[in-house]
Amino acid sequence: MLHDCTFFTRKEILQLHGRFHELAPHLVPLDYTNQPDIRLPLALIVSMPELKENPFRNRIVEVFSEDGQGNLSFNDFVDMFSALCETAPRELKTIYAFKIYDFNVDNFLCKEDLEKTLNRLTKGELTPEEVNLVCTKAMEEADLDGDSKLSFSDFENMISKAPDFLSTFHLRI
Amino acid sequence: MPRKSDVGAKIEDVGIEIDGDVSDSEDDTSRRRGNRRPTAGRGGARGRGKKPADEDEEDEEEEEAPRNRRGANKKKAAKSRDTDDESEDDTPKRRQGRAANKGAANKKKGGKAQDNDEDSEEEKGNKRNKKGATGKKGKEEETKDKKGDAKGKGKGKEKEDEKDKKKKKKKKKESSSDTDSNTNSEEESMSEGEMERLKEEVEEKKKVIAIMRNKPWRMKRRLVHLKECQEFVDKFEGALGKGKGRKFYAYKVMMTKKWIKFQRDFENFKTTCIPWERKIKEVESHFGSSVASYFIFLRWMYGMNMVLFGLTFGLVVIPEVLMGLPYGSIPRKTVPRAEQSTAQDYSVLMDFNGYCKYSVLFYGYYNNQRTIGLLKFRLPLSYLMVGVGTFGYSLMVVIRTMAKNADVGGGDGDDGEFTFAWKMFTSWDYLIGNAETADNKYASITTSFKESIVDEQENQKDENIHLRRFLRVLANFMIICCLGGSGYLIFFVVKRSQEFANRDDLSWYEKNELELIMSLLGLVCPPLFETIAELEEYHPRIALKWQLGRIFALFLGNLYTFLFALFDEVNNKLEEEVSIRNASIWAQKEYYANFTLYNNDTDTTPPPMDPSDVIRGPCWETAVGIEFVKLTVSDIQVTYLTILIGDFARAVIVRFLNYCWCWDLEATYPSYGEFDISGNVLGLVFNQGMIWMGAFYAPGLVGINVLRLLSSMYYQCWAVMATNVPHERVFKASKSNNFYMGLLLLILFLSLLPVVYTIMTLPPSFDCGPFSGKAKMFDVIMETIDLDLPAFLGTLMGYAANPGLIIPAVLLMWNDIYWIFQTFLTNQKLKNWDCKIIQPP
Repeated sequence: MLHDCTFFTRKEILQLHGRFHELAPHLVPLDYTNQPDIRLPLALIVSMPELKENPFRNRIVEVFSEDGQGNLSFNDFVDMFSALCETAPRELKTIYAFKIYDFNVDNFLCKEDLEKTLNRLTKGELTPEEVNLVCTKAMEEADLDGDSKLSFSDFENMISKAPDFLSTFHLRI
Repeated sequence: MPRKSDVGAKIEDVGIEIDGDVSDSEDDTSRRRGNRRPTAGRGGARGRGKKPADEDEEDEEEEEAPRNRRGANKKKAAKSRDTDDESEDDTPKRRQGRAANKGAANKKKGGKAQDNDEDSEEEKGNKRNKKGATGKKGKEEETKDKKGDAKGKGKGKEKEDEKDKKKKKKKKKESSSDTDSNTNSEEESMSEGEMERLKEEVEEKKKVIAIMRNKPWRMKRRLVHLKECQEFVDKFEGALGKGKGRKFYAYKVMMTKKWIKFQRDFENFKTTCIPWERKIKEVESHFGSSVASYFIFLRWMYGMNMVLFGLTFGLVVIPEVLMGLPYGSIPRKTVPRAEQSTAQDYSVLMDFNGYCKYSVLFYGYYNNQRTIGLLKFRLPLSYLMVGVGTFGYSLMVVIRTMAKNADVGGGDGDDGEFTFAWKMFTSWDYLIGNAETADNKYASITTSFKESIVDEQENQKDENIHLRRFLRVLANFMIICCLGGSGYLIFFVVKRSQEFANRDDLSWYEKNELELIMSLLGLVCPPLFETIAELEEYHPRIALKWQLGRIFALFLGNLYTFLFALFDEVNNKLEEEVSIRNASIWAQKEYYANFTLYNNDTDTTPPPMDPSDVIRGPCWETAVGIEFVKLTVSDIQVTYLTILIGDFARAVIVRFLNYCWCWDLEATYPSYGEFDISGNVLGLVFNQGMIWMGAFYAPGLVGINVLRLLSSMYYQCWAVMATNVPHERVFKASKSNNFYMGLLLLILFLSLLPVVYTIMTLPPSFDCGPFSGKAKMFDVIMETIDLDLPAFLGTLMGYAANPGLIIPAVLLMWNDIYWIFQTFLTNQKLKNWDCKIIQPP
């Protein structure tokens, strides 16, 4: 049962289905008994109000999609909201955060990934020297094994001490 | 499809399997089961070995999925495993698959609503039965089927292949036929070792089910694994009991499942009861998580106060109203004759005098009769117990919430340790859903990065440490002066209010002076502190902590000064009481003397004096209760007025005057207000402290507070959405949740002290309240022990109160606390190293 695989109660899962249906009423059936293979494209998902303003919305949807292109089935949709919900544990969120910020999907956060993150966060308002400074400092702070890119363990070590992580990395449906 | 052919197919499989081949055989016969048993252990072990290997796989492709499932089937059946050679199984499987399809089609009827579960499950169950399942299985199979169906439905939601669908149904059919054969083979004996291994496997599968949601797998994979684990557990749990014990074991298993289902339904129900979820979400998406945390805190307080209200009302107020004597029957319940003319005046009622004073709202109304009504309800005992229980419950709830939040805290990290990295990865608030807020957030993040860059560059510069230290000392000195000043002001005003109490011609201001001054102090001092703190030049996060600490000290000082002044008043009243008591006894005697004089008849007993004529004692408890109620009410009024004027009027002025004003009101001064989180939270916390202190003397206070919180929720939500703008600064106090809870806990203890002190040491008034006539309030407990409980309990408690017993008990408790604290520290350390955690006793 979906109940056991996610952090949602039954009411919330039904609510999610309603939202999924709203996104594409002509595509998504109300009745899931025939196990339809319906996937909604990236563009539809990121139009949801919860994701619309998020600078990382494309990455989030890509991470949770099976094909890596952002096409979500209902399964993936529920998975996405469940991993980002309030009751998901820190470890799970850390894993997904790492995947989201890893733009080139090479399992490392290299300098380019950091630069892309920073640019999205500041909408390009910082000068290139400032961007460089910030990324260098961030890399210095978190890189433990000195290979000038952040592996998952570096990232995890850094995030585990962050006081705001759990409260900001959280979506509410 | 008749079962025989199925069995026939199975037997064919058997031939293959006995040789130790692959397979997911679904169909067992007793012979096969017998053969399987010896290998079950090996299979079990290998199964376990296989599982972690599975977990390491990355996302599956289509051919992998069927393979997984077949692998899963193998584990489920606890057979020997070879991964090749599945083709032989396909034919029999497909045959059964087609058969199962019919049943499956009916099963799928339910659609997304799981309430159709029962219907289709019955039907499927029936179909299975028709297919020849033996009656022996009966209920057990039904429940297993139900579980299988429910899983199927859940999984069904995201089916991606027709082929997968068929295979899944086959699996289900397989599991049912497994159960068939299970029961058939129940006569067979299993060796103890096999049983044990099987039990372990079942336990493991259960564990996997429990942690399934924590794994970062794709949903499909999770569902697959979940299904196979659940089926395995279902199948073998039943088989583990044997012989006569079996039915009972199966019954136990079924009851456990029903209990789990009930718990789940209850959780579902509970979440539907949580109020204001939409409202808070709206606020969150506009203002971010820190502002929303205030409203979540408000909602939590509302919940706690509702429970306290229920307790107080249900156990104290309602019994007195229903079963106690009505208004006007005894002196304590009647307005004295002197005040009767003004008792209904609005101004008198607003002061909580007149009819308000002699009502269930206050302590003085309650009668000291030991038992009341038909049910012999012991009101004085209940009053005392509810008072103590209020604190006990609040303590429990606060500590439980703190413990839950403690995990989330994640350590306060040095401010310097990961600044840039944290800013980069944790500064964006994912809850933001509003374009304007998002823009603001981008701007604030950019500003914060720029600030950090500047800070970083400045760190190289030399600062003038001495100047900075001097400024900080100066600032602290000024603030301490402020605090002292406010404390003295309150003391002075309380003294004045005591003088006012003796006069009658008071203006509205003079009557409410005390409460006004206290609320105004709470309003004016915090911004003053902030201005002074500019001198200190701390990092914003540290500055916020200082600010909160200072506001806390301010409120605390005010509250305690108020309390001390109040105690002075109480002592005065106690002295007064002695003389009044004498006076009232004289008055009574005089009344009787007059009566006999005029009636010349010494036999009849004179009627009791009219209640409103009896001379009344000063009843200090009610006076204290009135003070607290007035304080709370004025606090509420000031808060609402502040929001109205400070936020709403300001917003209206800025919006409308902007058209005709010289400078841009919206961008520069005064602009729109920001929501003051810390101020509001502290206000809430202190309000709660006052409630806790006053609830013992004014049972109606809790009701007033519930109303206040309810209206506050709606009012503040409206105000924040209509008049406030999102914060410019990006930081917020770290671990703020637990910080506020910690404050609440501290206030709880501090409010407990005065109440306990009065219960233990001060004598209750002689003519009002449920404890009148006793030497100390807690005497009622002694009385109950003596009169109501059996004799031996009384002697037992007498022995238990012996110091010789109490001291070792206290030492033992200290030992326990120390041990728990040590394990807590060790656990923190271990958590950082990701090790297993020691369990406290």
